[in-house]
Amino acid sequence: MKRWVGPLIAVFAVVCLGLSAPAQAQTQATIKPAIVFSTGGKFDKSFNEGVWQGAERFKKDTGIAVTEFEPSNETQFEQALRRFAQRSQDPIIAVGFAQAVALEKVAKEFPNIHFTIIDSVVNLPNVQSVVFREQEGSFLVGVLAALASKTGKIGFVGGMDIPLVRRFQCGFEQGIKYANPSAELITNMTGTTPAAWNDPGRGAELARGQIDRGVDVVYAAAGSTGLGILQATKDRGKLGIGVDSNQNHLHPGNMLTSMLKRVDVATYESFKAAQDHQWKGGTQVLGLKEGGVDWALDKDNEKLVTPEMKAKVEAAKADIISGKIVVHDYMSNNSCNR
Amino acid sequence: MEETLTFITLTLAATLRVATPLVLCAMGGLFSEKSGIIDVGLEGKMLMAAFFAAATASLTGSAWAGVVAAIVAAEALALLHGFACITHRGNQVVSGIALNILAAGLTVVLGTAWFARGGQTPPLGDGERLKPIFFPVAGDNVLVYVALLSVPFTWWLIARTRFGLRLRAVGEMPLAVDAAGVSVAWLRYRAVLLCGLFSGLAGAYLSIAQNAGFSRDMTAGQGFIALAAIIFGKWRPFPAFGACLVFGLLDAVAIRLQGVKVPGVGEVPVQLIQALPYLLTLFLLAGFIGNAVAPKAAGVPYEKEH
Repeated sequence: MKRWVGPLIAVFAVVCLGLSAPAQAQTQATIKPAIVFSTGGKFDKSFNEGVWQGAERFKKDTGIAVTEFEPSNETQFEQALRRFAQRSQDPIIAVGFAQAVALEKVAKEFPNIHFTIIDSVVNLPNVQSVVFREQEGSFLVGVLAALASKTGKIGFVGGMDIPLVRRFQCGFEQGIKYANPSAELITNMTGTTPAAWNDPGRGAELARGQIDRGVDVVYAAAGSTGLGILQATKDRGKLGIGVDSNQNHLHPGNMLTSMLKRVDVATYESFKAAQDHQWKGGTQVLGLKEGGVDWALDKDNEKLVTPEMKAKVEAAKADIISGKIVVHDYMSNNSCNR
Repeated sequence: MEETLTFITLTLAATLRVATPLVLCAMGGLFSEKSGIIDVGLEGKMLMAAFFAAATASLTGSAWAGVVAAIVAAEALALLHGFACITHRGNQVVSGIALNILAAGLTVVLGTAWFARGGQTPPLGDGERLKPIFFPVAGDNVLVYVALLSVPFTWWLIARTRFGLRLRAVGEMPLAVDAAGVSVAWLRYRAVLLCGLFSGLAGAYLSIAQNAGFSRDMTAGQGFIALAAIIFGKWRPFPAFGACLVFGLLDAVAIRLQGVKVPGVGEVPVQLIQALPYLLTLFLLAGFIGNAVAPKAAGVPYEKEH
């Protein structure tokens, strides 16, 4: 029995080598993309999940594997990015504004690796920055909220209190005022630390507080916290507005719409460009015109959106694209007043 | 006038909602601490219970199965704490912290392995949650009433029964209890199990009543706030209950005051409102609570002399 073992191992090793050699040859020709997610987690049904969907689509179309990392806290961003770069993963997508500092450091250390950051700008030749004009998409869902609200009171619950989230809020407010100048907006922020993206309990309590004050449409721009906000809104029979991914399916009949931020498209395009050797550094700003943001209309919310509402939102959309309506960007002067 | 009245009613309802897990947890912790076993692991027990409640409710479709699973999970950790601290006379603080770390890690790992949603459980449907009984607006599910009843129950058990008398004695002077021929270990185990029961209910409340599903670290320090409430209440049930309500009220007010114009003051900055609970805690600690005296034998393992 024993003398069989040696030859067996030898045969096994040869077979393994034979199998792996062509596979290796194949992957050398293609790219080795990687993603470092944000602290909200891959399945937040929102921002991160959008990136994941883009990556999944890329995997399906090309058969190229995408390596992923889900950090459990902010301190892991830098380690994760560096480890991917050391393993010569290329391109590497960093998801979320919170990774900007870590990415800047790592991108300088690895000038030959291509990085993409979503939601922030890093000015380095080997970094592609993708930012969105969230204020434009938020404007549209604001128009819809004002038209759907019966009480004239509309709520906004943000995640972490940072200028980026204020940009959502500010665009939303402009949309509301555009459709109904007398409507009132009640704003809450979940917190001031990254934990605010992942606190559905507090989000739900904030939404309940707003509903107690007469709000009947709540816009949740808060990552995983949004799940609690939308749940509380549904429990009380009010309307919720989702963010980033299409969240209409979460509570059909209680979701007015979702503000789509096409991070999935951005992810897909970035990988695709790298594969086609078309990858370019620099900053891309995606708004309504570029299809980077939009509002969601599907079978889950079509009963809530009347033809008049739809017409009005589409008119506003056309006006923004043509430049007739200019939506003020909070981040341009850190204020919602232009 | 009517508007003010509604505001007050709704704020009180929110206070109860937020305070419920604190009250349950504080009553559980009270039993443990009264018996001389410090319980820093309330947070971990609650977190573990919250996870198993949501996971079981999601898999079986029954909220009550979730409650049972939550209690079992919390009791398992309670027994572990008891095994380390009572049977093996380990350091109670260290064991408690270990439980917290264990729960924080294990819930995410199991959640990812079972549901592949980054540590979250699937969102729960209506049948899988405890729903409000009388007032849908207030969110008064069964555990809110359990929490309210748990306070007189705890008081009665500790102050008016033979078990309670022995429990207090074992926390003050275990030697005397031992000399009277009563088992110190068995008394303390029962206290730790009662603690597990209540923190299990608190965890279930978080994931299947207040929210619809588990998300990682969802207890967010509430176990420690409950511990603080016990100290505020000087290890007595009703004052501890009062402390929980104060924390709940501050949180509810903080949520409602964001962006509201207060008459005479104008709009209060968000940062100040969010700091309010902590400021008041400091204020109360420094000025009003006075000297809080813990059970004498708390934290000291009992070694039987032969």
